[in-house]
Amino acid sequence: MRVEMFTFLLAGAICLGGALGVVLLKNPVHNALSLVATLFGVAVLFVNQGAYFLAAIQVIVYAGAIVILFLFVIMLLGVDRETDEGREPLVAQRPLAVATGLAILGLSLVALLSAGQRATGDKADLAPLNQPGPDINHLAEVLFTRYVYAFEITAVLLTVAVVGAVVLSKRTNEPLIDLDEFPEGTVVDVRRRADDAKAQDEVDADAEVVAVPDTEGDPQEGGDD
Amino acid sequence: MTAAVLQNVLASVGGLPSIEFSSVAPSIILALGGVLLLTVVSVTKDKLPVWFPAVWTISAAVAALCTVFRLWIRVGKWGNLSLISGAVGLDRFSLFVIGTLCVSVVMGALLLEGYLRREDLEGPEWYVLLLLAAAGGTTMAAANDLIVLFIGLEILSIAVYILSAMHRRRMSSLESGLKYFIHGAFASAFLLYGIAMVYGATGSTNLARISTFLADNVITQNGLMLGGIALMLVGFAFKVAAVPFHQWAPDVYQGAPTPVSAFMAAAVKTAAFAGMIRVFVLALGPTYRDEWRPMVLALAVLSLLVGSVMALVQTNVKRMLAYSSIGHAGFILVAVHSSTAMGTSAALFYLLSYTFMVMGSFGVVAVVGRKGDGHHQLSDYRGLGRIRPGLALAFTIFLLAQAGVPLTAGFLSKFYVIRSAIDSGDTALGVVAMLAAVIAAFLYLRVIVAMYFEGEPGDEVAPVKVPAAVSVAIGIALAGTLLLGIVPDPVTHAANEATAELVAPRR
Repeated sequence: MRVEMFTFLLAGAICLGGALGVVLLKNPVHNALSLVATLFGVAVLFVNQGAYFLAAIQVIVYAGAIVILFLFVIMLLGVDRETDEGREPLVAQRPLAVATGLAILGLSLVALLSAGQRATGDKADLAPLNQPGPDINHLAEVLFTRYVYAFEITAVLLTVAVVGAVVLSKRTNEPLIDLDEFPEGTVVDVRRRADDAKAQDEVDADAEVVAVPDTEGDPQEGGDD
Repeated sequence: MTAAVLQNVLASVGGLPSIEFSSVAPSIILALGGVLLLTVVSVTKDKLPVWFPAVWTISAAVAALCTVFRLWIRVGKWGNLSLISGAVGLDRFSLFVIGTLCVSVVMGALLLEGYLRREDLEGPEWYVLLLLAAAGGTTMAAANDLIVLFIGLEILSIAVYILSAMHRRRMSSLESGLKYFIHGAFASAFLLYGIAMVYGATGSTNLARISTFLADNVITQNGLMLGGIALMLVGFAFKVAAVPFHQWAPDVYQGAPTPVSAFMAAAVKTAAFAGMIRVFVLALGPTYRDEWRPMVLALAVLSLLVGSVMALVQTNVKRMLAYSSIGHAGFILVAVHSSTAMGTSAALFYLLSYTFMVMGSFGVVAVVGRKGDGHHQLSDYRGLGRIRPGLALAFTIFLLAQAGVPLTAGFLSKFYVIRSAIDSGDTALGVVAMLAAVIAAFLYLRVIVAMYFEGEPGDEVAPVKVPAAVSVAIGIALAGTLLLGIVPDPVTHAANEATAELVAPRR
């Protein structure tokens, strides 16, 4: 067995094993760590193809940065919290997901197998990448010549993402307007209702009595208590 | 020494690409406008007047529109070009689409101006994201490369995901943003998967190269190609909300802040259809049209019927407009399906008139929604004809236009679409489209009946205030809807001239 084949099989097994782990394991931390295994396997596949720069980036960016961010978020949300997986929000969600997954797998397999030995109709037009020499140089050449426009407009994409992240994570002290609960609700109404509810809670806490007449007076209050 | 190395590198790649900034001037103006607005506002803090961001945005869009006219003349002189290493296609098709996007930015900014003040929301970020989204759309419309197309689509989509979640005190807005984000991310993944497969089969992401490769070669085992086409179609169908990939649309349109729903319906649809036409009609049209046309046919028929029928049973006007926009997507798909120059210009005309009609409709919905953006039930429109006759008349015209009544833009756009279908031999599809138009007419009449013939005087929930900016937007939309219906010739002429062409890059 040639060494490339051996590496390919090994890395492929790591990828698939990791992917199964992401889907099947219960603990979110284990899921994230399985993802590292998959990404690492992909990096090994890149090495196998002679794309050393991509392999390094794969490890640094994906395994190093992105999964660590995942772990941060998982830790911040609380790993220990029990997730209720018994209740299905959507009926038949799981079987449908499995069916869809199999369909997409089937599609990819048909696409790849029907193409036979050569999946590619034409040699990729990234000729510079196939020249001898360090691939990082070739990559830079392609990036700043053929794909220069795509490279530049990525800056706009990142700007949008940064603006969005800042805007959406800004803290707001305003009360929420829930139109399902208050179809007629305006900001002022909801604020007033929230104040009422707070006052009511204080009364409840003081007296340990449910103040029935007050809540009956305002039918909108219904779902709150 | 470095100079020598650089010389060698340049020699090996055949010289640096020339970057003709003027060819992407509209995109640059919109993107730069967004970034500069962010900078100016954050530097000056609260010293600027409230109207500043809106005026800035409108000026940027108008400036971009001016460059579109300049480029239009330039293309007339020098013909269609493929620039910046073949990544950008400068032709009248992309310019027409970019112009349409600029128009929707102008109206979107006007609607936002009134909306933000009413809802006590602040922040130039709304306008920044509006401008950046438009820059993404314009990039997409002119993309001659699948990677550029994808990045343009992502810029547009991510900006609109954020915009729809930005009324953060409203639960439904948050829900809408999250839903749109998750569905949209899936759609993007499908599109990217398809792009990867097509790249694998043809060896290029450049549309012109793909087209020439497919014309010169026959792929004997084309499973990869077909899989790629199918997945790309799924991605685009998600973005234009075509049945059966439409489930996100009603919830998202209903929950998003109304001006954002308007922008979503007009601009996202326009840009996504432009991308779709570039990929399917231009790059894959000559060689693979027999493979993708049946799929588009199914999407078109389903969207037409499901969109019209589901819209009938809605009681929420925003949701109703969402379903009707699915029906409109069906009409444009009919034009795409014909896969001819006539179909392309019909789609362009439709997109421009739909921009006016839907911006106007959502503009009225935004003001009738009143403070809190919550009054969107059909019952909230009772008696609008009495308390706000002008507004009710405008809404009536927009709805009649969407239904396709003559002397409005809606009639001609539907007419051109059906003509393109019949011209390419699909009489049955033309009949289905007409049927859907008739079904849809019912729902528009329902709203009109509610406005004029229902409700007693004095049972209105709250008075409707129309801010000046919104009335300007509605005025523009009204003018566009009527002018395109009465004197369509200049625009029809432009749409006919706006044929797209894939010019092979020089290297």
